[in-house]
Parts: sequence; structure tokens; C-alpha cells
Amino acid sequence: MDETADMAFGFDETSEAAIPAIIAKYPEGRQASAVMPLLDLAQRQMARQIGHAWVPRAALDVVADRLGMPRIRVYEVATFYTMFHTTPVGRFHLQVCTTTPCWLRGSDVVMEACSRAAAADGETFTVEEVECLGACVNAPVVQVNDDLYEDLDGPRTKALLDLLRRGETPKPGSAIGRQNSAPEGGPTTLFAIPAESGSGAA
Amino acid sequence: MAKVTVDDIEIEVPNGFTVLQAAEAAGKEIPRFCYHERLSIAGNCRMCLVEVEKMPKPVASCGQPVGDGMVIHTDTEKVRQARRSVMEFLLINHPLDCPICDQGGECDLQDEAMGYGRDHSRYHEAKRAVADKYLGPLVKTVMTRCIQCTRCIRFLAEVAGVPELGATSRGEAMEITNYVERALSSELSGNIIDICPVGALTSKPYAFVARTWELRKTDGIDVLDAVGTNIRIDSRGGEVLRILPRINDAVNEEWLADKSRFALDGLKRRRLDRPWIRRDGKLREASWDEAFAAIAARMSGLDPARIGAIAGDLCDVESMMALKDLMVSIGSRNLDCRQDGATLDWSRREFYRFNTTIEGIDEADALLIVGANPRREAPVLNARLRRRWVENTKFFAGMVGPTADLTYDYAHLGTDGAALRTLLDPEHPFIKRLVAAERPMLILGQSALARPDGPAILAACWKIAETTGMLSADWHGFNVLHNAAARMGAFDLGFVPEGGKDIAAMFDGGTDFLWLLGADEIDMGRISAETFVVYQGHHGDRGAARADVILPGAAYTEKPGTYVNIEGRVQTTLRAVFPPGQAREDWTILRAFSAVLGKPLPYNDLEALRRRLAEANPVFAEPDTIRRIAHTGGVKPAGDSSAIADAAFAPAFETYYQTDPISRASPTMTKCIAETAAPMRQAAE
Repeated sequence: MDETADMAFGFDETSEAAIPAIIAKYPEGRQASAVMPLLDLAQRQMARQIGHAWVPRAALDVVADRLGMPRIRVYEVATFYTMFHTTPVGRFHLQVCTTTPCWLRGSDVVMEACSRAAAADGETFTVEEVECLGACVNAPVVQVNDDLYEDLDGPRTKALLDLLRRGETPKPGSAIGRQNSAPEGGPTTLFAIPAESGSGAA
Repeated sequence: MAKVTVDDIEIEVPNGFTVLQAAEAAGKEIPRFCYHERLSIAGNCRMCLVEVEKMPKPVASCGQPVGDGMVIHTDTEKVRQARRSVMEFLLINHPLDCPICDQGGECDLQDEAMGYGRDHSRYHEAKRAVADKYLGPLVKTVMTRCIQCTRCIRFLAEVAGVPELGATSRGEAMEITNYVERALSSELSGNIIDICPVGALTSKPYAFVARTWELRKTDGIDVLDAVGTNIRIDSRGGEVLRILPRINDAVNEEWLADKSRFALDGLKRRRLDRPWIRRDGKLREASWDEAFAAIAARMSGLDPARIGAIAGDLCDVESMMALKDLMVSIGSRNLDCRQDGATLDWSRREFYRFNTTIEGIDEADALLIVGANPRREAPVLNARLRRRWVENTKFFAGMVGPTADLTYDYAHLGTDGAALRTLLDPEHPFIKRLVAAERPMLILGQSALARPDGPAILAACWKIAETTGMLSADWHGFNVLHNAAARMGAFDLGFVPEGGKDIAAMFDGGTDFLWLLGADEIDMGRISAETFVVYQGHHGDRGAARADVILPGAAYTEKPGTYVNIEGRVQTTLRAVFPPGQAREDWTILRAFSAVLGKPLPYNDLEALRRRLAEANPVFAEPDTIRRIAHTGGVKPAGDSSAIADAAFAPAFETYYQTDPISRASPTMTKCIAETAAPMRQAAE
């Protein structure tokens, strides 16, 4: 917390350009509602500027002062939601889903690979165990910053992390080339338009 | 009105009452932790569950509005079982450290656990522990004990108006914190100790000092500001250990300002416990007889017009009455109580009183403050002003004086006398708003009156009050805000230079003999070197340092006394402890000295003295009652309203925490000042 206490923060031009439109979404006198979009904006600005997506306390204060709300109310919001990081994170925030479908499909090895990478290089990776990411069909799943990487296993995860560490951006989505959430290896049913069937029509 | 049945008792309650309030109206006690009458409803502790017929599950009575025909059961087996379950959950993470907890014995959780707690815990998992927070030198935290009722958060945000506490994180990780490890900036912060239902927030100076059942509780009146806050003085073995607020809805509700609560350690330090006489430039211990003889010797043969008396800020009415009678008996009319030199007009009570009354604030819809900072000078009163601002959207405020965070919005109309002059113009936009308001009020501070142009300012404010409709048959909106608990009483009994010298004339060689009754806030340098000074008081402060004879008196906790608060409410206190050493109650000192002079005062006990008070002014015959006087019109305070100087208004005090001999002697208050000087402080770890 010590190093972060002194950290300065101010919205840059890109963020400033976005702020009026965000605040204008809320009725007059209800600007405090914009606290979450602004925190997100601040966190994304941090990612842009220093590569690590987190909000230092100075940023929380800037948001509070901008919206005319008590600072503690912003601290409450920022600490309540796990999408906001009030302590520094690595360049890649790995959210590993360990809910039942992913777990059944082998999230343990994915988790282990991610944890090992984060332990070795905390500057680059921060790992977090999360609940369902909503992509159970393609389990197991890891969310890297804003993108989902699906159909992972141990080696594929390792390969993904290696690419990320080298600064490359692998294509998000299924690691085995699955189309969206279609069955593995292509369609298994509905090859043709089904013929009309008489039964049940009455 | 809604008709409800609570445990077979049929009662009618107003619509909008909650089930809990209805149950209380029926005389049923509902256990609760998060609910507090004076705060918003949170509904998160779930302890107040009751059964309502036709509702499928037990309901949290604190947040459930009553409906007509509701049948409420507060003590069924289902209710008891539900509360037991809630209690079990609350106790999961609550440490079993009652024996070392300062809240022990006066803990809501402890009390309710007697009724609803299990005899053993079924919880075998790891308990959570929470890091303690730093909230300044007054409030100690043991956050593992916190049950997250959020009363402290709501109090600071709603009543104190400084939203500095919050609940961060969530679920099991949720913590009550200020996040920044900094002292609370409220003058009412001590109240979160009272409202905390467990031992999470306790008093730092009182930590591990005493158990509640060891304490003797005495009703008292606070004198460290002029609001007349009702207090309970907790003492043990002749030592005041704690001061808590007493509920009085007309005055302080149930709040107490920090200075009044925590300055009590000043009562044990720098005390005058024996008479002293200055011989050869040095103060030497003396006996009462020697001290009286020295004073009488100096007094004899003096021209009474060269003898004066000044009453201080903390004096009880009885001692001032005795001093006045003593002075009058020797032929002196040189009496003054206005240490700061405030030029108040004492010809009518409404010229120096808080006429709206403290309860009357709840009816006001507009406010003009001139040269006062109510937050610093009367924090409890300010909380009421703030509540009015919060509750009534029409309420607006304006201020002439140094800018300050009053915890409510106000229009800043200027900082100096010139700005006040512009308000005399009826076309001024703010004056027009005041005229349009139904019940506008004006608060005039002491720092505005303690200027050479004080009479002009008083007259100008009266004029503003007149032109804006503050003075009518059913509303009196003109208010003087005193800072000294003694001031109203002194005016009421006439401790004023009626046909004698005022305080300025007594200085600089105007008197040969000065009797200072607890007067420490005057500039001692202005008393001539030849003047013989008798200081009668309880602390070795500025007055004692200048004195030729020191007579040790009693502090406000050590004597039965009468005080008059700003609104003119006469309140009496009882003695909590005895004064230290040879110190005596102040009126008895004066009575004894009058006998030495051969002019004994005509009262031998407190009852006789109080009869004398009632004779001097009938208001003293009616303790605890106030009459809201309507303005009868016509009379104005003396003074030329146009003669206001341009000078800027100064704040009444440099610092809130040390304004009188007691708080100046208090190490806790010194810590508070150090804290405000360096507000950024990291956690100890």
C-alpha cells in the first residue's frame, strides 16, 4: 500500500474525451452513478499508460472529486467489485474458471499452469480463480484481460502464456478451432433440412 | 392511523410507523443491532425478526411498515428460533474476548446473547480476523469484534455530515474502514463509540480503565460549549473516568461533542488544590485563613470603584450570584462576564439569547450565519442545523464570515463587515430569499460581537431580522450563539457593568483590585502590574499565573450547579466527585470570604442561594423549561447599524479542541490538535 499511496493520477486526453458522454447518461444530480464507468476508464487508462490495469488510490480520489461524491463511497465501490484492482496486477490478468463444468473438463491443470506462470513472473501475470465465465460449452476457459481463451488444457495453456509473454496476441476463442460453441469436430446433427414428418402434426 | 395487534395488544399507530416502532409502542422490546432511532434504516443485522400473520416468513421489523389490521407476534417459538439462528451467525466471527473487552457489561451483543445465544458453538472452521483501523486519538478499534451493523457509517454520513467511514470489499472480506488510516475529522466522532452495539469502536482514552458496573453515574450538564448538553458523569473513587451524553430531545438528542466527552482528563491535571499567596513575586502555599486575610487586607480602604470582578466561561450561576452579591455589598458595580469583550446588549433577554430555541431549528426554513462557525462552536447544534438542511429541501443557508465546512451547503456572502453592510440593502438577492422564506433564522456569533464595532453589528443583524420577517408574533428568528456556558446565566442574573466599569475599563489601570472567577480567556497583559488579582478557579491556567492570591474552586463535575444554555434553559447538575485537596465549591468560598469581610452573604445553603437566584431573575425558579418568546416589536438593541467597519470576521477559536482551562490541560485534546496539524498518518504497521 505504501508505494501506491504516493502514486499520482490524472485523466489523460483520451479519457477526458470520453467522460462527458459517460456522465451525460445519468440524470442531473445523479452523476455519482457514473462511478463505475469512470473507474473502468481509469483502470483502462492505467493499462494504456503503464501496461497494468489497476486503479491506485489517487485515481479513486480523482473519480470521487470529479463526481462530487465522498471518497469513501468510491473506495467502497472499487473494493466491492472484483473487476477493479486496487492493488497492482500483472500485464495480463488471468481469470481461471473453476466452476463445475470447467473443473470437470480439467481446469485444475489450467489453473496449475497459470499459477506457475504467475509465481514465476508476477510482473506479467496475475492469476485469479473465478466463478463461471459463461462459456461452459468450451470449458475449460481462461479470461485474459478482456478476452476469453477456451478449450484449454495444460500444454495449450502453457503455449498461450508463452505467446503472451513474448508480446504476441493470440486469437481469442477456442484453442482447438471450434466454431463458436459448435460441437467439437464439426456439426453432428442437422446435416440437412429435416424431412416433413407426419407424426405429431395433428 | 393503523390498527395493529402486537401480542394480543391492540394499538393504533401512525401510518408509516415500522413494525418495530409499533411493537415498542405496545411495550414489547425487540432486539436489534443495526436499527437506531436517529439513523436511517439499514435492515442488515436481522435480529429484529418478528412474525406477522399472513406473511410466509419472519420479517425484519425495523424496515417493515405497518399495515392496517396487521397481527404481529414478537415472541413465538418461530421468532425465538429465527433470532437464535441470527445470533449464531453473528457469533460465528465474533471473538469470545468479553473479559478483555471495554464494551463488556454494556454490550448489546452480550445482552442479547444471554437471551438468544447457544451455550456452545457449532462452528469449527477458521474464524476471520480483521486488521484494526486507525481512526485518530479518540476512537479505538477492534475490528474483529465488528458485526457490520453500519451504524457508525450511517452516523458519520447522516448526522455528523462527514462521510469518512465505509464498508469496503464484500462477503467475508467486508470491513468497516476509512480506508486512508486518518483521524476522523468530525467533532462528533465520539458518538460512534456510543452507538456501536459491540466493542468494535471503544474510547481510546478510556481503554481498560474501568468496568461499567464499578462506576457511579451522576447527571450533569456540559460546560465546554454553551449548548448545555446533558451528560452523565461516570466516576469511581473520586475520579471522573468517563462522560457520556444523556438523552434530551430538546437539547442534544443523544449526541455529545468530542471536546465535552474527551477533555475530562484535563480535570485531573494542573488542578489548584490549595490556596496560594504571592509573596516577593513567588506564589507560596497558604491556608484558607491566610489567603482570606491577605485579600481582606488588600481590600480594606480601597475605593469600591477601583474594585472589579470578572466571571469566566465555565462558572455556575450560583458562584456568579455570590460574587455579584459580594461586590455589591462592598459597593462595587464593576462586574463583567464578557471575557472576549463582546458588546452584547443585556437590556432585553431576546437580544442575547438563542431565541429560536434548539428545538425551533426543526421549524426553520432559512438561515443566515454572521461571524460564527456553528460546527466548531456548538457541534451538537450544528448537527441539528444539518439535519434540517437534509430533511427540508426548501431549507437554505447563507454565511458572512470565514469560509468553513459546516457539513451543509450555504451561500457564502462575504467574509467582512462590508459584506454585512450590503445585506442591509433590502434589494440584496439573499435578503429577498430570506423575506420569501416562512421561518428564517439568523445566528450571530461571538467573534462578530467581540469587535470594536460590535454594537453596530448587533444592531445591523437585528435590523436584518426585522426586515426579513424573523421577528413576528409566533416566530423569533434572531439568535446569538454563545461559546461560553456561563454567559447566558451571567446575563440573566445581571453579572454586567450596570453603572460600573466594563471589562475594558477595568484593564489598564482602571482597577486596583480584580477578582477573577475562573476568568482565563482575558489578556492578562492588560491588567496593570499594580492591580491586585485574586484568581478563584480550578485550573492553574493563565489567570492563576497572574494571580496574587489563588483560591482553589471546583470544576463543573465537582459541584452542584446551575447553568443556562444558549436558548435560556436553566439546568442543574449534581456533584459527581469532590474537588481535590482543599478546593471548595465556589459559592461557599465567596460566602466564607464575605464573613471575613464582616458582610456575610444572606445564604447559608444551596437552597437559600437558589431562592436568592429566583429572586434575582424568575427564570431560575423554573429549571428545565423554556418559553419561546414571541417578539413584541418596537425595541431595538442600542447601536448604529451603519457604523460597521470593513474588517474581516475572525474565527471564534484557533482550534476546536482547546478553548478553556480544562481542555487546555487535557493530553487527549493536545493529541487531537497534533492530529489535525498532521492529518496524513500511515497505519502503525
